[in-house]
Amino acid sequence: MNRRENLKLLFTGALASGFLLTNCTPEEKQAALSPVNPGGTAGGRTDDEINIDQRLLSDVFLTEEEKKKLAVLADIIIPADAESPSATDVGVVDFIEFMMKDYPAYQIPMRGGLLWLDHYSRDHFDKAFLDLNETDKMKIIDEIAWPDKAKPEHIGGVMFFNMVRNLTATGYFTTEPGFKYLGYVGNRPNVWDGVPDHIMKAHGFELPEKYIDIYLKPDERGQLAEWDAEGNILRKA
Amino acid sequence: MSFEIKSTAEPYDVIIVGSGAGGGMASKILSEAGLSVAVVEAGADFDPAKDEDRTQLRFPWESPRRGNSTRIRPFGDFDAAIGGWDIEGEPYTNTKGTKFDWFRSRMVGGRTNHWGRISLRFGPDDFKRKDIDGLGDNWPIGYDDLKPYYDKVDKLIGVFGSKEGWRNEPDGFFLPPPKPRLHEMYMMKGAKKANIPVIPSRLSVLTRPINNERGVCFFCNQCNRACQAYADFSSGTCLVHPAMKKGKVDLYTNSMVRKVTTDDQGKATGVSFISKVDLKEYKLKSRVVVLGASACESARIMLNSKSKSHPNGIGNSTGMVGRYLHDSTGADRMGILPELMERERYNEDGVGGMHVYTPWWLDNKKLDFARGYHIEYWGGMGMPSYGVGFAMDTMRKHLKDEFGNPSPNGGYGEGLKKDIRRIQGSTLGMSGRGESVPQYTNYCEIDPTVVDKYGIPVLRFNYQWTQDEILQAKHMHETFEEIITNAGGTLLGSKPGPESLYGLATPGRIIHEVGTTRMGNTPETSVLNSNCQAHDCNNLFVVDAGPFVSQADKNPTWTILALSWRTSDYIVSELKKKNI
Repeated sequence: MNRRENLKLLFTGALASGFLLTNCTPEEKQAALSPVNPGGTAGGRTDDEINIDQRLLSDVFLTEEEKKKLAVLADIIIPADAESPSATDVGVVDFIEFMMKDYPAYQIPMRGGLLWLDHYSRDHFDKAFLDLNETDKMKIIDEIAWPDKAKPEHIGGVMFFNMVRNLTATGYFTTEPGFKYLGYVGNRPNVWDGVPDHIMKAHGFELPEKYIDIYLKPDERGQLAEWDAEGNILRKA
Repeated sequence: MSFEIKSTAEPYDVIIVGSGAGGGMASKILSEAGLSVAVVEAGADFDPAKDEDRTQLRFPWESPRRGNSTRIRPFGDFDAAIGGWDIEGEPYTNTKGTKFDWFRSRMVGGRTNHWGRISLRFGPDDFKRKDIDGLGDNWPIGYDDLKPYYDKVDKLIGVFGSKEGWRNEPDGFFLPPPKPRLHEMYMMKGAKKANIPVIPSRLSVLTRPINNERGVCFFCNQCNRACQAYADFSSGTCLVHPAMKKGKVDLYTNSMVRKVTTDDQGKATGVSFISKVDLKEYKLKSRVVVLGASACESARIMLNSKSKSHPNGIGNSTGMVGRYLHDSTGADRMGILPELMERERYNEDGVGGMHVYTPWWLDNKKLDFARGYHIEYWGGMGMPSYGVGFAMDTMRKHLKDEFGNPSPNGGYGEGLKKDIRRIQGSTLGMSGRGESVPQYTNYCEIDPTVVDKYGIPVLRFNYQWTQDEILQAKHMHETFEEIITNAGGTLLGSKPGPESLYGLATPGRIIHEVGTTRMGNTPETSVLNSNCQAHDCNNLFVVDAGPFVSQADKNPTWTILALSWRTSDYIVSELKKKNI
């Protein structure tokens, strides 16, 4: 595997980079860690940040088996529907893998929770979680997915599932398909001219009379500001 | 522009330590007067217009942690400020039983790269608090001394707002403010019922151009990421870099100042610094030294500047350096508003921060605490980032299902996915930022047992809130509950009680620390005179927030800028008169 392919994969996030690097010679490892294309956060990174992101992207925390279990959980939490893909479709498991290393406090509850899943599964169904049929899988999930209804002895399982729900949801809704699903339309140059009229009306609001004349008028955005001696901004008639 | 180390070159007229608001303004004014200036900055250069430095307009998926905070960027992975409360190799300590968290940014422009751009003038009362409540001390100057400089800062840098005619919230030369967002309309409604005023905010964001060098706001809501169009104020883009283009200004980056050097008569002769590049020590010479390293860093440099003529540190002959350290108070509360659920989507980003705020509106004579606070409002359909979709195990119940019953907390599946979409943009909140009473017993000093990785002794903090701040935080929470409830919102979380000082933020957390080198008329009780000139050393000046006698319930930046301009004018005049 050459460096270019490595970087391409790192950049697209197609694979956890640690998996790649284990198949590389030491020289190739060195090349892949070149800061030329950090593969971490874009924009104004310090050397320390580049090194930290590189390390986190190369380290491996979750085992393949753990990832398989997480993939099942993630798609139960955020399944595909008619208008949007599922959690695993947008790479949520890779995001969770990264967060385990970026925020190590997640590690023990995650590993412990995934083990508990198999333990509970074997106790009640005599099989590992991944080997259960859908109905039995959902029986276990239903024990831990509803915090207000869960049995007190399942509090640990509930907290584990809360964590997986949080990470899955955040991993999902911070992707392009997630933005599309939420309908977020910002983060682009535009001109703010207040809440659209029909929405103001629907909520029963009017702008305060006192300020109508002083609010920014979009067509004045190009005019160099000048004031009179009292600090009143001069406006073209 | 020069980044070369010059240890034996010609002396500069002025060395400025730090490139934030104070140092940046000094670099502009002093260089425009024809003086040769060296700006010595502990961090690297930074220019948000360069694509390699740009974090603005990036999406969360451009960060492997989706914008979550890091040790280096506690306000998120795309925040412009590099440093934080806990910088590798640059520790500080706290005396047992006290706590102060020290936020630093190591970069050209310092903390102005990510600040909230809330640009409030101090009012006449803010300079004379002792006259009003008998606590603390008056400033040796008043509003009339600074007013001409506030006016000039408004015009040079730009701030939007509305003329209100309030005595202690002086109006300025304002650009047009943006219209309120929807959640802000609800906050205004809630506040109005409680007789609490809400007015357009005053932020240094260009809604109209003020010159040909800076662009206007294009409403991305990301001032904390620093603006590639230079449409908000940061010191690097608006002061330091322009000064370097026009004047004799050399910028020394990655240069950590150890001390101010002095001669046998006790006059400042320059600074010595450690280069972060080669870890060697260098010296620069100048006729005048200006410290703008931040209130605590400037105090640290002064305390570490010990010599035969200044055995306790320069400016510290009466032991006042580091004393009266104080930060703004802070408390926050959040709610959720049913009317904002399942909202129609539109681009609600707006400027970086609130479009409306509440200045202090009450009379402390009728209250059980000494000083006021302003209220900042937040919420809306901002860009989803790390944390979006969290807490559905407690939040989902606020949504109603198709039969009008509360949705069950937690869960999974298409129903959960839809509920996360429905709840998006329905939370809102408020933050109180208030004035504390400066105390002699709150201070920073040198910890003789600890050095940083450059071998420079570090600061040890001693800070405890008093009853005035604690009761003010209690009042903030009562106000927050009233406004959110009046607006039709449901309060989230619970009201903090006395066991947590009513949610009062740890000192340092609001990042408005001031007062460590305060000005005054007598050397026994102050470090600087009313021109921010050291009582002990007439060619040493401080231009950050160290000179503040008291930090009003306003953000300090606009006053730092005005004061630094005034101090710079004084330096030019004293140099001309050959007094220094």
